[in-house]
Amino acid sequence: MNEILRVEGLSKTFKLSRKQQKIERTNSKVIVAVNDLSFTANKGEIFGLLGPNGAGKTTTLRMLSTLIHPDSGDAILDGYSVVSQPEEVRGKIGFLTSELKLEDFFTPNYLFDFFSQLHHVDETTCRQRKQQMFSRFGIDKFAEVKVANLSTGMKQKLSLVISLVHDPDIIIFDEPTNGLDVLTARTVTDYLQELRNEGKTVILSTHIFSLVEKLCDRVGVIIDGHMITCGTLDEVCNGLSLEDRFFEIYKEQKGGEE
Amino acid sequence: MRTENNTWTIIKKEFARFLGDRQLLFTSVIMPGLLIYIIYSLMGSGISKMATEGANESVFVRVENLPESVAPLWENLPATIMVPQTLTQEDINNLESKDLNEVLVRFPAGFDTLVASYNPQSGEMAPNVEIYYNSANNASSRVYHVLEGSLTAYENQLSNRFDINRADTEEAQFDMASQDDVLGSILSKLIPMLILMMLFSGVMAIAPSSIAGEKERGTIATLLVTPMRRNELALGKVVSLSGMALLSGLSSFIGIVLSLPKMIQADTQGIEIGLNYTSADYVVLLLTILGTVLIMASVVSMLSALAKDVKNAGTMIVPFMLVVMFCGLTPMFQSGTPENLTAYLIPFYNSIQVMTATFAHEMKWMPVIVMLVSNVAYTGIAVWGLTRMFNSEKIMFSK
Repeated sequence: MNEILRVEGLSKTFKLSRKQQKIERTNSKVIVAVNDLSFTANKGEIFGLLGPNGAGKTTTLRMLSTLIHPDSGDAILDGYSVVSQPEEVRGKIGFLTSELKLEDFFTPNYLFDFFSQLHHVDETTCRQRKQQMFSRFGIDKFAEVKVANLSTGMKQKLSLVISLVHDPDIIIFDEPTNGLDVLTARTVTDYLQELRNEGKTVILSTHIFSLVEKLCDRVGVIIDGHMITCGTLDEVCNGLSLEDRFFEIYKEQKGGEE
Repeated sequence: MRTENNTWTIIKKEFARFLGDRQLLFTSVIMPGLLIYIIYSLMGSGISKMATEGANESVFVRVENLPESVAPLWENLPATIMVPQTLTQEDINNLESKDLNEVLVRFPAGFDTLVASYNPQSGEMAPNVEIYYNSANNASSRVYHVLEGSLTAYENQLSNRFDINRADTEEAQFDMASQDDVLGSILSKLIPMLILMMLFSGVMAIAPSSIAGEKERGTIATLLVTPMRRNELALGKVVSLSGMALLSGLSSFIGIVLSLPKMIQADTQGIEIGLNYTSADYVVLLLTILGTVLIMASVVSMLSALAKDVKNAGTMIVPFMLVVMFCGLTPMFQSGTPENLTAYLIPFYNSIQVMTATFAHEMKWMPVIVMLVSNVAYTGIAVWGLTRMFNSEKIMFSK
């Protein structure tokens, strides 16, 4: 397989405020979100990071997208380091999370052109891609409607489209179906499969077993910032269903607590 | 591949947002100039009206025992003198009605003899002149002041041994300041502070929404995952905010210029307006305003980037605004502008001093150059600081 992502010893610690210490019920002034995490992803595959809330999935994806800096370790995406070449990395990836919002004031048409310019997509390609993507996601009818007046589902589809204006080879998706209605969720999962078929690499995080089983070629189980196991579904599941195998692993890690 | 600079892309987007939002455009560009023009014009008209009210109304001055020595002094009074009169208490009480355009004057009988025989060292009470008027009636009040002034002058004249600045001819002039200088002196104290205030209100109206607002809405992260460099984003924000603040400031400036004649005329009671400034003065003013707005926008941008949301940004900007306003007030309580060039290294204070000197026709090039270079350098430092802030996950993603 053709390796496109290599994560080596990635770690991230956050300082806790007193308020956060109370919420987390800890006296520690820091929390280790990601601890010495390593894994690889290959070209043309969907790689899933599976774990419970607070496991470190989002922090890992944020480090891969260069939004936050790792304390130690590095990740190489298509030959570029997230530590030393963040701008080049951002040019190679499409990153989408529910935390990324679009300005309500603008129209889909304007936003597509604006982000295409920031990604240095030439005008002809931009026009063709906009037509193709808007048509694919049914945005074309709303191209001149301000984001504020779009439905929630349409906004989410537009966010996906905007994150992919530059046709990136690596797509990083944090909880891709979180908060989506069933129709939009189906549109998104279908599209991720299309992207894989086009030879793109998708790195996604989720806590939904069925989504991993449906989409992912390889999966990494992450608990408390550690990568517990990583491989193809068959390798990870070891003859069990993904859900059963996950809870087996979880009990081993947590000493029986659920 | 497009080669367009990302900074320019950000500037275009910020202006598209600004110019496309009619409400924002109206409140930050059209309204300030319009309001200033209306308020200042009304103030000027009001002051002017107060000063001239009652000037054309006829006033009756009823005098009891008008002395021969005083009668010539009152020959050209803007009122009708009615003598001889005997004033009763009822006449005096009638003055309580503010509709009565009257002044009552009571001289003691034999005033001239009493004055001539009065010895100030005797310890006795001096002859007393009673003038009754109603200060709520402008006509009555105006004539009272004329009468009181003429009697005071007459009183001084009785013991006068020499005159000061006696106008022997109509052309006599002792204050040698030209009308231009008088006007320049007024403008140099008034306008720089107003310009600073207008520029600041322009920046205040736009910057928090542009940076803290993007943090609050979560749209800044969408920009931060593009390949754009952080310094391009910082520069794009500062330049676009400066441009918008300039538009807002320009609107306010036009409002001031259009309403100024009414204000000045009311204040100086009839100085003709003639803004005799050279093109160099205007260039200096323009450059000063540009330099000021750049540094203002960059500091407010930094404070907005530090803030968690727009509301928090507003709170954080207030102390900075007070400092800027204090700098704006300095021409009011200082005479002239500083000679020491190091004073022109202090941001905002330097702009105020250069503008003050320019309006007072005292502009020198060295302070202007020091001010411009230092302000551009401070803006550069602020853009660098803003770049660091856009790079800081703690600042960008703190809740």
